[in-house]
Amino acid sequence: MTKIENLLKKLKRQNKKALAVFLTAGYPDIKTTEKIILGIVKYADIIELGIPFSDPVADGPTIQYSSQKALKKNINLKKIFSIVKNIRKKTDIPVVLMGYLNPIYNFGLEKFFRTAVKTGVDGVIIPDLPCEETAEIKKLARKHNIAFIPLVSLTTDKTRAKKIAESSTGFVYVTAVTGITGARKDVSDDLIPYLTMMRKKTKKPLLVGFGISKPEHIKKLKNYCDGFIVGSAVIELIRQKKSVVDFLKLLTFNL
Amino acid sequence: MLPDKNGYYGRFGGRFVPETLMSAIFELENFYKKVKSDKNFKRELSGYLKNYAGRPTPLYFAKNLSKKFSSKIYLKREDLCHTGSHKINNALGQVLLAKKMGKTRIIAETGAGQHGVAVATVCALFGIKCDVYMGDEDIKRQALNVFRMKLLGANVIPVHSGSRTLKDAINEALRDWVTNVKTTYYLLGSCVGPHPYPVIVRDFQSVIGSESKKQVFEVEKKLPDYLVACVGGGSNSIGLFHPFYNDKSVKFIGVEAGGLGLATGKHSASLEKGRTGILHGTKSFILQDKNGQILPTHSVSAGLDYPGVGPEHSFYKRTGRAKYVSVTDCEALDGFRLLSESEGIIPALESAHAIAYLTKLKAKNKIVIVCLSGRGDKDIDVVSKK
Repeated sequence: MTKIENLLKKLKRQNKKALAVFLTAGYPDIKTTEKIILGIVKYADIIELGIPFSDPVADGPTIQYSSQKALKKNINLKKIFSIVKNIRKKTDIPVVLMGYLNPIYNFGLEKFFRTAVKTGVDGVIIPDLPCEETAEIKKLARKHNIAFIPLVSLTTDKTRAKKIAESSTGFVYVTAVTGITGARKDVSDDLIPYLTMMRKKTKKPLLVGFGISKPEHIKKLKNYCDGFIVGSAVIELIRQKKSVVDFLKLLTFNL
Repeated sequence: MLPDKNGYYGRFGGRFVPETLMSAIFELENFYKKVKSDKNFKRELSGYLKNYAGRPTPLYFAKNLSKKFSSKIYLKREDLCHTGSHKINNALGQVLLAKKMGKTRIIAETGAGQHGVAVATVCALFGIKCDVYMGDEDIKRQALNVFRMKLLGANVIPVHSGSRTLKDAINEALRDWVTNVKTTYYLLGSCVGPHPYPVIVRDFQSVIGSESKKQVFEVEKKLPDYLVACVGGGSNSIGLFHPFYNDKSVKFIGVEAGGLGLATGKHSASLEKGRTGILHGTKSFILQDKNGQILPTHSVSAGLDYPGVGPEHSFYKRTGRAKYVSVTDCEALDGFRLLSESEGIIPALESAHAIAYLTKLKAKNKIVIVCLSGRGDKDIDVVSKK
């Protein structure tokens, strides 16, 4: 079992929902990313560190912006691994790297997983990698005991969703909207029936992300899933120099 | 016959898109498989190609160019197609497909605006709502085509992100598609993107090569020695090359945009200067930095200004089936003038790259077919300022 599977199992036993927080690595700069992570470990269960990419086709304006800013300051995978290494001196919170395939492919798949283990990364999410293309990465993830976290979407049919869910060694990332990342006013009406279907199809933990930005979203969905991922809403707060901790407190209060 | 069932040409191709799009990708693939062998669909499409787009286009023997280069130079006159470029071949094929799929809205990306105009045209013809994404850098340099698209009833959406050219227009189109996937058909204009787009575009553009083969045979009673075409994403070139794939004596030459010169880094020569990577849903040669970030590109011609290339071209390069070369902005402008002055044909700046390569080909007494993918009216502004 991976560290993330163990954690989610423990939370489930305690009847608690998980909160994963997405941060764009290197936004607004490396030091601040490290500071924010260490500041939120009490409120977050999992840290997702986004690997910035020049052409993030699954992302809305907020994460496009933070990615561009981080890239302007020359963020790259080597530096992202050193962020993980640095925070590992002070926290053992699970860290997942999330990023588009090209920077990872370019780094070298084998080298990526080797370095991930060495620096203390616990999982990987690649949003532009459908299950037809995952064979090699799943193999490497298994070899290095890194959680492989696949995505399912509201447009994924039952059979396919089950197959994808079963390939998970961390959790299943359920995208809450048919669309790109970014805070939304409300969650889709299709989501509860979809999560109910998923629950019947798999025992793997289901975490809901994309568009989650309010306590109301969490209240509405928490009986149908095992946790939430917040991203754009957090990046927006960092951009406006507002408190991320206050926001996470508000969310965890509703978990 | 390539691609394989997962859309691979050797090690290139595939489907690298967010899961949300996979159902639409499979839907498209299934519909395409069905219509591909459907007689009625073929009849309908060839009717439109003939009576609406004006096919077959002539294979014109360029007498003066031939004399200059001591070879027989034939021009495949895609510039004479309705809307002024080869893009209409693919737009007609895909709009009929979209109609069969019951989609009510079409989106497209465009660089030079040639594909955008072709899509706006077929949407006007079939009464389908049309949104075209275009980088605002390209909107500036291709104002005529923007005006044409608007006149045809399309909504042109400016893209301000990234380098504000074709690459970014594709990013925005993909984001739109992810969001509106149930109602919207994405009419991709080049042989790039996730499978099945590269094969769909290649098949609809193969009419260029099939006609050329027949036409050159009628006159010369033999196959040509060289096929020359420009390569951005690579749709006109793959359309010309593919029907000759098994005719091993026919040499393929793809001409990329060398911009200010390959050494300056300001170019769009993905096949010569790129490395294997993943962009816009496909694994192919791409221009990227040492960290795998996509590099900004440059070309005087908006239609070639793209950091990737169709996966089938990468396969042709890797296997040596085709040779890929480049000519600079300056050389392309010389080609533009050369064709205008010697044959009375004003080529698109994209196609001018293929013409310009003739001076470097140094073939004597050979039969050469050059794809004249589009006409140059849209480029007059840019050229007159140079």
